[in-house]
Amino acid sequence: MIDFELSEEQQMIRDSVGAFAREKIRPAARPADESGAIPAALVAEAWQFGFVSGAIPEKFGGGGDARSAVTGAIVAEELGFGDISIGLHVLAPRLFAFPIVEMGTDDQRAKYLKRFAGADFAAATAAVMEPRFDYDLSAQQVSAKRDGAGYILNGGKCYVPLAAESESILVYAATDASKGYAGVDGFIVPRSAAGVTISEREKNMGLKSLATYELTLKDCRVGADARLGGDKGIDFSRLMSESRVAFAAMGVGVMNAAFEYARDYAKERKAFGVPIATKQAIAFILADMAIEIDAARLLVWEAAYELDKGRDALKASYLAKNYVANSALKVTDNGVQVLGGHGYIREHPVEMWLRNARGFSAIEGIATV
Amino acid sequence: MIDFELEPQILSRLQMFHAVSEHMMRPISRDCDEHEHTKPTQFYESMWSASAAADIQVGNDRSKKADGAAASAPRRANLMTVLSTEELCWGDAGLYLSTPNSGLGGAAVMAAGTPEQKERFLKRFKEGKPKWGAMAITEPSFGSDSSQVTTTATRDGDHWVINGTKIFCTAGEMAAEKSDGFVVVWATVDKSAGRPGIKPFVVEHNTPGMTVARVENKLGIRASDTAALIFDNCRIPLDALLGSAEVRKEGGFKDVMATFDATRPIVAAMAIGVGRAALDFVRDFLKEQNVPVRYGLSPRRLTAVERDFMEMEVQLQAARLLTWRAAWMLDTGKRNSLEASMAKAKAGLAVTLITQKAVELLGPLGYSRKILVEKWMRDAKINDIFEGTQQINMIIIARRILNYSSKELN
Repeated sequence: MIDFELSEEQQMIRDSVGAFAREKIRPAARPADESGAIPAALVAEAWQFGFVSGAIPEKFGGGGDARSAVTGAIVAEELGFGDISIGLHVLAPRLFAFPIVEMGTDDQRAKYLKRFAGADFAAATAAVMEPRFDYDLSAQQVSAKRDGAGYILNGGKCYVPLAAESESILVYAATDASKGYAGVDGFIVPRSAAGVTISEREKNMGLKSLATYELTLKDCRVGADARLGGDKGIDFSRLMSESRVAFAAMGVGVMNAAFEYARDYAKERKAFGVPIATKQAIAFILADMAIEIDAARLLVWEAAYELDKGRDALKASYLAKNYVANSALKVTDNGVQVLGGHGYIREHPVEMWLRNARGFSAIEGIATV
Repeated sequence: MIDFELEPQILSRLQMFHAVSEHMMRPISRDCDEHEHTKPTQFYESMWSASAAADIQVGNDRSKKADGAAASAPRRANLMTVLSTEELCWGDAGLYLSTPNSGLGGAAVMAAGTPEQKERFLKRFKEGKPKWGAMAITEPSFGSDSSQVTTTATRDGDHWVINGTKIFCTAGEMAAEKSDGFVVVWATVDKSAGRPGIKPFVVEHNTPGMTVARVENKLGIRASDTAALIFDNCRIPLDALLGSAEVRKEGGFKDVMATFDATRPIVAAMAIGVGRAALDFVRDFLKEQNVPVRYGLSPRRLTAVERDFMEMEVQLQAARLLTWRAAWMLDTGKRNSLEASMAKAKAGLAVTLITQKAVELLGPLGYSRKILVEKWMRDAKINDIFEGTQQINMIIIARRILNYSSKELN
């Protein structure tokens, strides 16, 4: 039955993550963007929320929480509101752990999940993106060829968060390039494996405090036990739907941050004797931002809801993410515009949010619910 | 709990409305558009008896009780109205607006009338021949600035005397002259008092002094009669004033303005119905032509047509979800002025763009009057204008998000 009310638990989660985002993450955002470094203490504090450990089954020491994409979207939005780079960093281990929780073999779950139930942040990641302008999830060029019982991986990935500090990396590769999404598998690759090279840290327009890397695989051999899900393989399309929902939700948070900041500025800043918010040109920009945020959020929730119902969320998540990519760009651009010249200076956060928002259209697979 | 499910019983009711759209509206759609002032009386009769038989809330009919659900079941009237409105306007938005029912006139009676007035004025919509209710607000010199009413209501013994001109009155001709309906007229009892002096008056069909000056020729929704009404010493009984005559700060005008919180989502739903008609047509057409629409593909690999189509789809869904939310808020007892305006603003704009894009995507075929797509573009446009223009809704939204009064932001 149509319902837009959050459960009490979701409200509590939203409020507590939101408070953390506002009070702890946001103040760290600009210094982290300038320096490229996120304080370890902040990462440790975020870890205590259980964003990763919560979903690890109890028998491996985790919270055993049932995963809900809608709740995940709520969490992701609040983190994005604080700072999307820092949010992506603290959620990065999910990229490795959650597919194993959801689609791993019993052996894989037993071997890899305990690490994420501990008291300390455990860096891990997944490699999805490849460095082509028209990179497409269904057309992976990193290949996995059968080699006896195991596989040989070849190819190049990019935008791999935290690769240099991750013990293991879940690498997505095409075992059958003719099958699109269905021909993609995940391979658990130790960072130290032969044939694995990790580049210097990438330099990106935004998300500057998120350490991302290129990862090159040259005749990298892995055993049969490295294939996520074993012979059954994975539902890569579902994993990417989960990814789009998370990333889009974070985008809603970024939009909200830009809106709030621009609104408050416009009420204070005077021109021609009155606050600029009283001028229709500015007021309409702000009204448009507000509409787009609410619309984007509902689209993301709808896609998340499809995931929670176990249905195919490809179309809903794809359209929602594209919507966020376009509207977040417009909203953050307006955020800069409302602040005028001051919006252009790296003292106010709006220019950072614009740089961060431009990434949505091009990047996949660096978050998950 | 966040939930987007439509239950089977809702879906089957919607199927019923869809059947009306497909089998009663679409077949006469083009003809009604080509012959703007010819009345589809057969359609009126069928809708009137279907509505009576099924006790379904066809259109903006406030005289009928909300959705016959049990008292203990959650109230879903607004959501149901929004859903059914979308379904009917998928058929034909003009025919939807021209459907005999109490319309906005009924809405005004419900918002401002006494219990006795509700009975007196609305009972007729459950019996006899097709009837129409209409509401007349706009005048030649204003639309958005509704405090500028110059039509007067002057007390004279046992009557009010109405003088003035109203334009853009939906179903005005049918309500004023062609049925046993009525027109609710906003007139001022005291121009110096501004808004508090503006009151709603019920003028019964064929009352001497009320004339239909003309019925407009429009860009779209041509099946709906849009009338200009002249009131020249039009005498109505004292008890035709809805509610109280007292010029005070609350009531009257404000009560009727509050109905916009309910009607704006409905107009948004109208737009969405038209937008969906265009979208469905383009989708089916692309399928027939073996033009793929590949969800999940990198945006850098999409064709222009795919990209445009997907944009149309998601814009419509964005508008739809905002509209559902606005309706749900009313159903769950929440004030929804901000959300209603968001829904209306978004839907009006999105569907204008969607229907314009649909004509474009179909090339020479889209431009032809052989198919309905060009009509839907013309029908869609009004939704961005009436029941509060996009710009007025943006002002309302801006005031709310900035916490500004109408004095601070105008």
